[in-house]
Amino acid sequence: MVTLSSDPQAASDMQLAPEDLKFHVRNVRVSYGEKEALHGVDLDIAKTGVTAFIGPSGCGKSTFLRVFNRMNDTIPGARVSGEVLLDGEDIYGPDVDPVLLRARVGMVFQKPNPFPKSIYDNVAYGPRIHGLTKSATELDEVVEKSLRRAALWDEVKDRLNEQGTGLSGGQQQRLVIARAIAVQPEVILMDEPASALDPIATARLEELIDELKDRYCIIIVTHSMAQAARVSQRTAFFHLGHLVEYDATNTVFTNPTDSRTQDYITGRTG
Amino acid sequence: MSDATPPETTSIHQSADAHKLLRKRRRRERGFRMMGMSAIVMAMCALTWLLISIVGTGYTAFYQHQMTIDVVLDETVLDPNGTRDPDELRKANFRRIIQNTLYARFPDITDRRARQDLFKTVSASGATDLVRQMVYKTPSLIGQTLTLEVPTSDDVDQLLKGYIDREVSEDRRKLSDQQIKWVDELVASGEVHARFNWAFFTATDSRDPELAGIAGAVAGSFMALLVAFVVAVPIGIGAAVYLEEFAPENLFTDIVEININNLAAVPSIIFGLLGLAVFLNFFGMPRSAPLVGGLVLALMTLPTIIIAARAALRAVSPSIVDGALSLGASKTQAVFHHKVPLAAPGILTGTIIGMAQALGETAPLLMIGMVAFVTEIPTSITEPASALPVQIFLWADSAERAWAERTSAAIIALLVVLLSMNALAIFLRSKLERRW
Repeated sequence: MVTLSSDPQAASDMQLAPEDLKFHVRNVRVSYGEKEALHGVDLDIAKTGVTAFIGPSGCGKSTFLRVFNRMNDTIPGARVSGEVLLDGEDIYGPDVDPVLLRARVGMVFQKPNPFPKSIYDNVAYGPRIHGLTKSATELDEVVEKSLRRAALWDEVKDRLNEQGTGLSGGQQQRLVIARAIAVQPEVILMDEPASALDPIATARLEELIDELKDRYCIIIVTHSMAQAARVSQRTAFFHLGHLVEYDATNTVFTNPTDSRTQDYITGRTG
Repeated sequence: MSDATPPETTSIHQSADAHKLLRKRRRRERGFRMMGMSAIVMAMCALTWLLISIVGTGYTAFYQHQMTIDVVLDETVLDPNGTRDPDELRKANFRRIIQNTLYARFPDITDRRARQDLFKTVSASGATDLVRQMVYKTPSLIGQTLTLEVPTSDDVDQLLKGYIDREVSEDRRKLSDQQIKWVDELVASGEVHARFNWAFFTATDSRDPELAGIAGAVAGSFMALLVAFVVAVPIGIGAAVYLEEFAPENLFTDIVEININNLAAVPSIIFGLLGLAVFLNFFGMPRSAPLVGGLVLALMTLPTIIIAARAALRAVSPSIVDGALSLGASKTQAVFHHKVPLAAPGILTGTIIGMAQALGETAPLLMIGMVAFVTEIPTSITEPASALPVQIFLWADSAERAWAERTSAAIIALLVVLLSMNALAIFLRSKLERRW
């Protein structure tokens, strides 16, 4: 057993066995140009289950999420320092190719962004570029399996050749999840995936996240504390670029250690 | 508002002042609408006037008066020795054949001057060339009598189109009273009649307006445009994609960007001078050739294509690229699989508009010698050729009345091509545009 927090403020009693560990993060700082957005975060992420990042706008939770698949690399002027180990390997190491990393760590964005191609081609895109399948039938199987896993197959199986952009918002978001799953990632990052969805589509999405959590390591950034409480097993609370509290979701919501967490979850701030 | 002092309970928005201000705001809005509408009306008037004046002068060039004559292919004139040697036949006196034909039609005229005037009612070179071609191809025709349609001279054609005033005194007119009498007689008998002017589309430039056509210039323009397209499109799109997606942001790329924007505003004649100095003088490429014309037009069009392509790329939602990157696509894959296809309609529109611009460009072609008098349809991009706008420029400069209608007709042809290109651009854009 390891005690994970070196930051006394993140008074965490989260303890993970090394074999349960997916990400090991130490002293991560992210800055855009002159401005530092994350001021040194230490945190460990479990192999399975859902970890939620919550906090008020501008607290750095989305920035932190993009550390895990190096999407910050695509933003001009963004710099990341510190140590991020994926299965013990530094993903910011000199011989790590972000392209390969992103095949292992998939991502779902705030606004559903299916490609303006057919539903089939959306899901098949990842396997195609990574050469994951040998034949057309094998690709068909991967597409079907991914769509089934994303709980979308029954709704779209008769119209795989229609435009992915023609689906409803909730279906689009599930299509994007299927697209990520098709690459066979180990981790799925979700950046406020339900913020553009109506309550029914949100409920559907949360159900799906619940189904996926045994198979994948899921990290979800959310504005909604209720959502974090519903879908996650562990919750990290961020405030002004600091990780304030990281613990089992139950503990964070019922018995937070830090007064800032307390204020936020009771609605006094944020 | 008849009530000058509103009751106390009235809200601030119902006071007399508020109403006064509201009226003022409404007046301003109406004023602006009126200005906008009058601007559009003025633009439409100018455009309509332009079109009416061009079509009004140009439409008559699309028909041409022809004369039906019975040509006796007299062996004693064409082949006195009876050898049927092609070289001899080509040099034979076909002019005399046409002359004899006309003299036979009007046997009363014996005076030499009068006969000369009579001969001037047909297109001398048009008629002789036609008969020469036929005899050269089939020498067995010699000795026979053929009924042929030959073009009338441009003066007769202009007379019948109403451009030569019969009321003007004879010495200030191109045609004498006698010639007009002959023409009227031939028209009355049906021997002179109007026909659609196919020659205008199939013939090349000529000294004689009644024989001149735009085929050579169209071919030259087409070849130059093809060269420009092949050169400018890949370079332009490549440059745009690189600058927009891959180039680091530094002083150098800033300078490149500023220069591309400036190049778009450089007068086209400068590009012509550049072509003259670089392609002709330095590389020694052939003068007057569509190859060089196309290269110059490509240079001229490049900035337009680059700017349009960059704008189109920038308009693609970054979320699509993020999506591709998050799946593990490389930057190149994300750009070429997703961004470029989505930007394609915009790039295409920019390209077609750039090409349309290049098609109408005259000045740079003058500088590299595509202004030559070319009577052959070019068969390769290294042969001397003219171009449609240059042809218009040349004809507009010519003196005879008949050139005026042909100039306008060539302008109509150019405008039709330009409008079709722009229509194609609009069609493709709406057809290919995909939403996301």
